[in-house]
Amino acid sequence: MSMPFYVSPEQQMQDRAEFARKGIARGRAVVVLRYAGGIVLVAENRSTTLNKVAEIYDRIAFAAVGRYNEFETLRVAGIRHADLRGYSYDRRDVTGRSLAGAYSQLLGGAFSSAAEKPYEVELIVAELGEEPSGDVLYRISYDGVITDEPDLVVIGGDAERIAEAVRGGFSADAALNDAVDLARRALGTDQLEVAVLERDTPRRRTFRRLRPDEVARD
Amino acid sequence: MDSSFLDYLRQVAPETLPAVDAGTPNLVHGTTIVAARYRDGVVMAGDRRATMGTAIAMRDIEKVFGADDHSIVGVAGVAGIAVELVRLFQVELEHFEKVEGSSLSFDGKANRLSAMLRSNLSQALKGLAVLPLFVGWDERAARGRMFSYDATGGRYEEHAFCSVGSGAAFARGALKKLHDPDTDERSAVAALLQSLYDAADDDSATSGLDLTRGIFPLVLRASAAGVARWSEAGVRELAETIVAARATRPDGPRGYAL
Repeated sequence: MSMPFYVSPEQQMQDRAEFARKGIARGRAVVVLRYAGGIVLVAENRSTTLNKVAEIYDRIAFAAVGRYNEFETLRVAGIRHADLRGYSYDRRDVTGRSLAGAYSQLLGGAFSSAAEKPYEVELIVAELGEEPSGDVLYRISYDGVITDEPDLVVIGGDAERIAEAVRGGFSADAALNDAVDLARRALGTDQLEVAVLERDTPRRRTFRRLRPDEVARD
Repeated sequence: MDSSFLDYLRQVAPETLPAVDAGTPNLVHGTTIVAARYRDGVVMAGDRRATMGTAIAMRDIEKVFGADDHSIVGVAGVAGIAVELVRLFQVELEHFEKVEGSSLSFDGKANRLSAMLRSNLSQALKGLAVLPLFVGWDERAARGRMFSYDATGGRYEEHAFCSVGSGAAFARGALKKLHDPDTDERSAVAALLQSLYDAADDDSATSGLDLTRGIFPLVLRASAAGVARWSEAGVRELAETIVAARATRPDGPRGYAL
């Protein structure tokens, strides 16, 4: 009978983190930033049908990088979480914070459980406030660590460099076109999937996908 | 089924599904809903009365709702269940749209409503029935469509007009004589209001055009441009015209037998 090698807990966590990080770094990046009219989500995406940004609720959007099957499962779980809460309580009781918290629990649980494979994904939960000061962007990483950012978040491959580039040109009062252009330059591609949470829309659901001709370079 | 909120709810929180115990005394009932097709879509109107036995429970209840961007649902019957059923149906449609990235076909929506009524069947048999009308703009067929239902979830497509609730028979009689499916939106709404007036004339559970209190039927329209609710001022203007004309002819516009 063979004895398993002893691996220290620190080493085990490090290995798992490395495994998840590698998977995520291979993916293309997503940029989420505030602009004058709300929040814009920009993903580098060659597919027009397999989305990386999506609607969760009236004022909440979701963006993800990493393994498609994993974040797709998480997206659907998020919609269920939100719809169930909104149905049992009230639509106003569905908050980005509760959703981000649920994601954090799920990812953190899988990361530290020896029986499960860590998720190879990073997520953004964006919530549009009634006023610009109420906008929140949550970033949830593969190990369940959750941070909230004031103006912009970048996840995926080469995220730090891209974030640096976006931060350099960022203005919370930028027009939508300018915000998309800034993200386009930082991502260095024209194959974009773009959606917005719009503050001024008369619709209850503020999420809207932009058509390719709306995001085309001027 | 992965994309259905109803199925998910049955698994995780069945106690939140709309239901009441049979034998609950003094249930509030919503009354008459009418709908009609016109050349650019469909319109639906609901009177505002809710009754509790022979008493009037509410004068301004709302029984007609936008189900999503292109469809409208109106429900008659036990009000508590009806309103919850509509709320669940709204979430069901939106949930599917978000999960799948595209909305259900019009027939798909009508079928989901059938499924909900069937799940209420045991209650319906105890006398706690709710009966909806489902109408809207079918984007694929590019025309307005209407469905009526029975308590077992059976759905039936209607082509010119339909009605449900305690005053439905009287309203149908009026619509038969007054409504023309090739007419414009305003005339279609006028026919609906006339039919509710007639329903209120003969059915004690239906309210008509209440000029005294300024409470008028709720009117929603679905066309290629989406769902819109008629403003109160718009309904009031038509209602005043109709009531004024009824002062000289209480039975409404005259037709020709031959």
